[in-house]
Amino acid sequence: MHDFDWSSIPNALPFLWDGMKISLEITLSAVVFGIVWGTLLALMRLSSVTPLSWFAAGYVNLFRAVPLVMVLLWFFLIVPHLLESIFGFPRGSDMRLSSAIAGFALFEAAYYSEIIRAGIQSVPKGQMAAASALGMTYGQAMRLVVLPQAFRNMVPLLLTQGIILFQDTSLVYVSALADFFGAAYKVGDRDGRLVELLLFAGAVYFVICFTASRIVRYYQNKLKTA
Amino acid sequence: MGYSWNWGIFLQPTATGDGTYLGWMFYGFKVTIALSLSAWFIALVLGAVVGILRTVPNKWLSGFATAYVEVFRNIPLLVQLFLWYFVMPELLPEKLGDAFKQSNPIVQQFLSSMVCLALFTSARVAEQVRSGINSLPPGQKNAGLAMGFTLSQTYRYVLLPMAVRLIVPPLTSEFLNIFKNSAVCSTIGLLELAAQGRQLVDYTAQPYESFIAVTLAYLLINVVVMFGMRWVEEHVRVPGYIGGK
Repeated sequence: MHDFDWSSIPNALPFLWDGMKISLEITLSAVVFGIVWGTLLALMRLSSVTPLSWFAAGYVNLFRAVPLVMVLLWFFLIVPHLLESIFGFPRGSDMRLSSAIAGFALFEAAYYSEIIRAGIQSVPKGQMAAASALGMTYGQAMRLVVLPQAFRNMVPLLLTQGIILFQDTSLVYVSALADFFGAAYKVGDRDGRLVELLLFAGAVYFVICFTASRIVRYYQNKLKTA
Repeated sequence: MGYSWNWGIFLQPTATGDGTYLGWMFYGFKVTIALSLSAWFIALVLGAVVGILRTVPNKWLSGFATAYVEVFRNIPLLVQLFLWYFVMPELLPEKLGDAFKQSNPIVQQFLSSMVCLALFTSARVAEQVRSGINSLPPGQKNAGLAMGFTLSQTYRYVLLPMAVRLIVPPLTSEFLNIFKNSAVCSTIGLLELAAQGRQLVDYTAQPYESFIAVTLAYLLINVVVMFGMRWVEEHVRVPGYIGGK
């Protein structure tokens, strides 16, 4: 049986917190960009312009068929080189954080767009018809009537997807970027206390995600009874 | 751009002299398939048991099942994988742990990955099983009990035959997920598809060809699974339900 020694964790807390800040930074930026780009994709998918809806369908299906790890590897190993050769960035500049954010945002947008598309379709057709009858253009009706109602219903699903995204940020491990998990692994590896640090990381993720999903569920029930 | 494409790279012999680079890819492809299918099988069995337990009228059993689902859903897959691979052998009784650590590294990686993917997915399957059972009208269970069936007979003959057919479409996406999630196992050194893609980049310096080939292989798996499951869905559809005949 293993002899536990948790003494290396207290000293490492500032370093772990720095990692947590990176995890949260990636999560927040990817959620914001993902929802904006996902909304545009959903609108394209539902639009009557065939090339737009084909593009959106192709994009969403492609990203949903490929593992996130693969997408991240593309963004860590290939896209930086591509940008270097196209825009003449200095070679070897550290683009890992921005690559990670871009990779997560583009990947999650495919999932967000499916949630948002279902949300838009769940708004009764009469709403759009009534808005048109009042003389609103398609854009106005979407912006002022359909989307606000759709988003209100979608908030719990969007938040749940955000929790999944937060868990997935641990995968930036493949680029050796020190997010919370990467930091925990580094400390454990350095001090020969991998077992303790991994258990600690698991516990921290569990507490955060469990609490967040409870809050989402509470909000969801409140929305239902309202 | 100054990049020289060379698709012939896949047919060249590898630097280590064990066949061609295409052979490496194919090996990774086989590992991905074997890992995903074996984990899926375990996940279905475990997920069905846990999902049923969540619906039974016994506080201890359903509480245990709820805790199981929450634990596996709220810890990132990568962390779970590292816990199985690095931590579990330390926590096992010494003899068992040592036996594991002395076994072939490939066996260690494969076993840890399989257990990790299976339990991670089983929590998701359990949620689908539970929502399938709960979506049945409560009259079905009551009618079964009123006919003199015991609780387990009611599950066996009344609830499960319906629930199993209802949850096939949501299970399709879990089945697709397990193939995609298996790519995470490249992080502990298991040479599955994504890891082989990365290795190809290192050995051939042809990153575009390698990554495009691996991405296409995942797309292929996706398409095959989708068509297969569509066939299953058509055969188990319940007439009269939405999407039924």
